[in-house]
Amino acid sequence: MTAGAINARFQLDYGSFKLEADLSLPGSGISVLFGDSGSGKTSLLRCMAGLERPQRGFFGINGNVWQDSDKNLFVPTHRRSLGYVFQDANLFPHLNVSENLQFGLKRLAKQLGNGAILHPVIDLLGIAHLLERMPDRLSGGERQRVAIARALVLNPAILLMDEPLASLDLKRKQEVLPFLLKLQQEFNIPIVYVTHSRQEVMQLADFLVVLENGAVQASGSLPDMLTRLDLPLAQDKEAASVWQGKVTGYDNEFQLSNVEFNGVSLSLPNIEAAMDTRVRVQIHARDVSLTLEEPNQTSILNVLPAMITGLADDHSGHTFVRLACGQETLLAHITRKSAQLLGLHKGKPVFAQIKGTSLLH
Amino acid sequence: MLSPSDMATLWLTFKVASISTLLMLLLGTPLAWWLARTRSRWKGFCNALVAMPLVLPPTVLGFYLLILMGPNGVIGQLTGKLGLGTLPFTFSGLIVASVLYSMPFVVQPLQASFSAIGRQPLEAAATLRASPLDTFFSVVLPLAKPGFLTATILGFTHTVGEFGVVLMVGGNIPGVTRVVSVQIYNHVEALEYPQAHWLAGGLLVFSFTVLLILYSVLKTQPSSQPFK
Repeated sequence: MTAGAINARFQLDYGSFKLEADLSLPGSGISVLFGDSGSGKTSLLRCMAGLERPQRGFFGINGNVWQDSDKNLFVPTHRRSLGYVFQDANLFPHLNVSENLQFGLKRLAKQLGNGAILHPVIDLLGIAHLLERMPDRLSGGERQRVAIARALVLNPAILLMDEPLASLDLKRKQEVLPFLLKLQQEFNIPIVYVTHSRQEVMQLADFLVVLENGAVQASGSLPDMLTRLDLPLAQDKEAASVWQGKVTGYDNEFQLSNVEFNGVSLSLPNIEAAMDTRVRVQIHARDVSLTLEEPNQTSILNVLPAMITGLADDHSGHTFVRLACGQETLLAHITRKSAQLLGLHKGKPVFAQIKGTSLLH
Repeated sequence: MLSPSDMATLWLTFKVASISTLLMLLLGTPLAWWLARTRSRWKGFCNALVAMPLVLPPTVLGFYLLILMGPNGVIGQLTGKLGLGTLPFTFSGLIVASVLYSMPFVVQPLQASFSAIGRQPLEAAATLRASPLDTFFSVVLPLAKPGFLTATILGFTHTVGEFGVVLMVGGNIPGVTRVVSVQIYNHVEALEYPQAHWLAGGLLVFSFTVLLILYSVLKTQPSSQPFK
């Protein structure tokens, strides 16, 4: 068994569709299963939940084994300590919000006592005013929040979420996303989250699994995966690195925040976060340019000494450069001509000029 | 007006229809559930078998039941060995025949409403710790309520209206197997038209009223039609 706290190995064969996955996920944080439709990400999630029963499979979480086909072990879904959020909420239409929330609690009453986390969950997801409503009287965003709450109140060992935002428009997405982040901070439940949206990956993922045609293409921590030059993520037009840091200072005169990352810090405008807040910042590869000497007269605020750790060509005039800045990894997209003019190669020290960043949260 | 023997046939009819409907719901629910969920290759076979009474002349079904349940039939020999005697021309035989004859009117609406529920609510229930049996009672039954209403009413009214099977299997024994439809036949045979009118008209009004109520209730739930 590998080091991760969640181990999943599945072989599923539906004739026209095959899934073959062997994965280790960290036992905490948000692991995102990312891929196009048909990549097998939802099937993988359903295997974890026991909603699909693959011919061969193993699933263990923090020491509990829920499936081991070698030992003919298969714990049915209803005996697994999990929460599952479906793409379209899937609330019981004959029960109101409160009864939907109580559905699982009633069946777990013995283990949970008096449902101690019901009220914190209702508060967290902001659904206290909806308790008497029937599901068909809720908006899409409200429905999804209730569905998340319904899964969460059981205080499960793992929370499985199948594209919970996919059926929502942009506004509703923005309404639910903050709850997902808060959820991760306030309840320390590992989350496996399925999505095909880059934006959700950037905002939510701690650990990323890329799936393609029913197989795991790569997996690793988000910062690593985003800057791996052999993966399409780093070669996309929207390619970016994600850094997580802490607000350590604020310059009133220029309205700039100082944010401390691993061995490197940035001055960032427009951050409405208090001191010591943890923030996640996205730096697009196209917003990073490279110079060989430290520029002393430039409008660009953040110029960082960096070391080239990788180079790749896209055969259409672009070069992707991976850089080490402190202990962070940065991605730059430049033209192949510039790369040649500067004589870039692995191990070369350069200066990275960061033209812009965006705050993810 | 209604004679004492008319009243007896009415009471008997009500008894037969109630008991048959109850039995059909008990047997038809698991059968409809299985038909709605299975991918077995026997599904088509079973569907066809259940639907047979819809297309067969009742006399055909009654004829074969008579033979099967008779002293030389498979069922007859079995009931004989069990010390139950033979079923034709008894109240129990009438119930057996009624159940078989009206079964599609119970199974089909149930099957349709079970299929309409789909697997989604069942999966949600499983992820919320409900066992399959628990799910059936706490999710499937409430969601299939219109299907059960339709099945109950159609099963009951169809049993009330049966004639051919009753005559073949039950015969015409007052107080035992003589139900309303047979009594109407007797009245007509005896040229007692006023008495026939009372019963026939009553049955007409009864059937129409019940169906009117059923369709009015179901109108508010467009997804659940009595027939697929």
